[in-house]
Amino acid sequence: MAGLSAEDWTAFALTMRLAATVTVLLLLLGTPLAWWLARGRTAWRRPVSALVTLPLVLPPTVLGFYLLLLLGPHGAVGRLTTALGLGTLPFTFAGLVVASMLYSLPFVVQPLQNAFEAIGQRPFDVAASLGAGPLDRFFSVALPLAWPGFLTAVVLGFAHTIGEFGVVLMIGGNIPGQTRVLSMRIYDHVEAGEYLQAHALSLYLLAFSFAALLAMHLLRPRSADRP
Amino acid sequence: MIEVSSGLQVQLQYQRGDFALDVDIYVPSRGITALFGPSGAGKTTCLRAIAGLDPDIEGRITFAGDIWQDSSTRRIVPTHRRRIGYVFQEASLFPHLSVSGNLGYGQRRAAGNKPVDREALLKQFGVDHLLARKVDRLSGGERQRVAIVRALLSDPVLLLLDEPLSALDAPARSELLGCLEQLHAELGIPTIYVSHAIDEVARLADHLVVMEAGRVLSQGSLQATLASGELPLAMSDQLGVVIEGQVIAQDPVDHLIELAFEGGRLWLPQRAERVGDRLRCRIGARDVVLGTSPPAAGSSALNVVQAVVVGIIDAAHPSQCIVRLDVHGTALLASITRRSWRSLALAPGSRVWAQVKATALGS
Repeated sequence: MAGLSAEDWTAFALTMRLAATVTVLLLLLGTPLAWWLARGRTAWRRPVSALVTLPLVLPPTVLGFYLLLLLGPHGAVGRLTTALGLGTLPFTFAGLVVASMLYSLPFVVQPLQNAFEAIGQRPFDVAASLGAGPLDRFFSVALPLAWPGFLTAVVLGFAHTIGEFGVVLMIGGNIPGQTRVLSMRIYDHVEAGEYLQAHALSLYLLAFSFAALLAMHLLRPRSADRP
Repeated sequence: MIEVSSGLQVQLQYQRGDFALDVDIYVPSRGITALFGPSGAGKTTCLRAIAGLDPDIEGRITFAGDIWQDSSTRRIVPTHRRRIGYVFQEASLFPHLSVSGNLGYGQRRAAGNKPVDREALLKQFGVDHLLARKVDRLSGGERQRVAIVRALLSDPVLLLLDEPLSALDAPARSELLGCLEQLHAELGIPTIYVSHAIDEVARLADHLVVMEAGRVLSQGSLQATLASGELPLAMSDQLGVVIEGQVIAQDPVDHLIELAFEGGRLWLPQRAERVGDRLRCRIGARDVVLGTSPPAAGSSALNVVQAVVVGIIDAAHPSQCIVRLDVHGTALLASITRRSWRSLALAPGSRVWAQVKATALGS
């Protein structure tokens, strides 16, 4: 890629590492959560569902602010991590991962939840009658039937993590190679009046986001095109 | 009811909204038992409970001495450990698997107690040429045949069929009914067949459980239960009996066959039957005309049998009544008007001549 400085490249690599880490962790965490939200039978589903979708409407700075307080040296989590000898999370890559996971959670959980709900009860009844136990049903029926949801979850989770700014600003700061991601780098360029560099990075991000979404729409089976 | 160690014993109580279910059903360990009744009778609810798919339904279910569910001790065996084969009303094949993948799904998870002759089953149901197909490329009849073979390949101890023909068009329905009839003759496991179509029940069932509004109206052998005339009022146009007999003669000129049954003989239209075949035929109550004297020589009726009036039952319409008859040990039902009942001065014990129009069942 032309027009990128070494610092831009560092920011690019960091952003990709962050997005990949967050997406993988969110899939591991979000799949059981979405499964429970889609098929659980307790009354807790609704409040938890509301909590999971909260980052969709919350200004990222609000989320970042509370995280800063919570994870900081005087916050509950901050004191715990200090006591465990992990130090505090704000202004570290790990802190950025935690914050990004919270912020991108609904973008992973919602497509998965919708996909699990769209399967309906019948395939699971059939599988049970054919001798498949609960875990077997999850891997042999739920996962293969929900794969368009997984595709959407991966693309949205990844792309949304790349695009975040407000949370990073609050909890990550702007440390090169640690927390200086692409969106921060673009902001720096604009602040410094380096519009050409800002243009280059912005264009790359725009093209990447479009390509990711296009790939997602092309790969989805037509019959599963329902929301 | 006394608990028996063979067969399936089902006692269920269940209330949801204004639908109440309260049944005590016995399914013998051999043959096909039909759950028969109008829609809303609770047939599918019973079937789902038997499969363990609705654990909310309270009750006690035992199969061959094993307790599948006992709400009093909160014991419930999950569906996947009951080893049942369940065929749903509409096709329920896994869309992410091919026909072969669908068939293998159950077979791989089968207990493997007795090897199933896969090739013979595939051929019998005509699905052997479909194996590589995707399920969305199958016709309705093909899907249902694959679903039945898939259930059988899972080596079930009990087969549950929930109106498997109701979503099919007439040719596909007739074809699958023939397959099921053949299966009936060979199948070693008890089968429950849910239906609201009397012709399916008359052809396939050995035992009958008549249901209405969440309760069992009557149950027992097919012939005896049908002959009791206890059908839901809404289904009284389907009243009739099923007679089983043997073809003893054929008339190739007139395309007729003669069927000998316990109480006499009947001429039926010939289709593919041959002398020696065992055959079921259905005689609808509306296809029986009664007289107190032998019909005059000018009558077109082919079949006239002598019968004794046993009793009378109400029909759906107040102008009608159903007369229960005995033909030398074989039960017969006749639907006549109440006016005729009076003008012929009929009463239990009366001797009558019944003109019968019989149709053979099967293909």
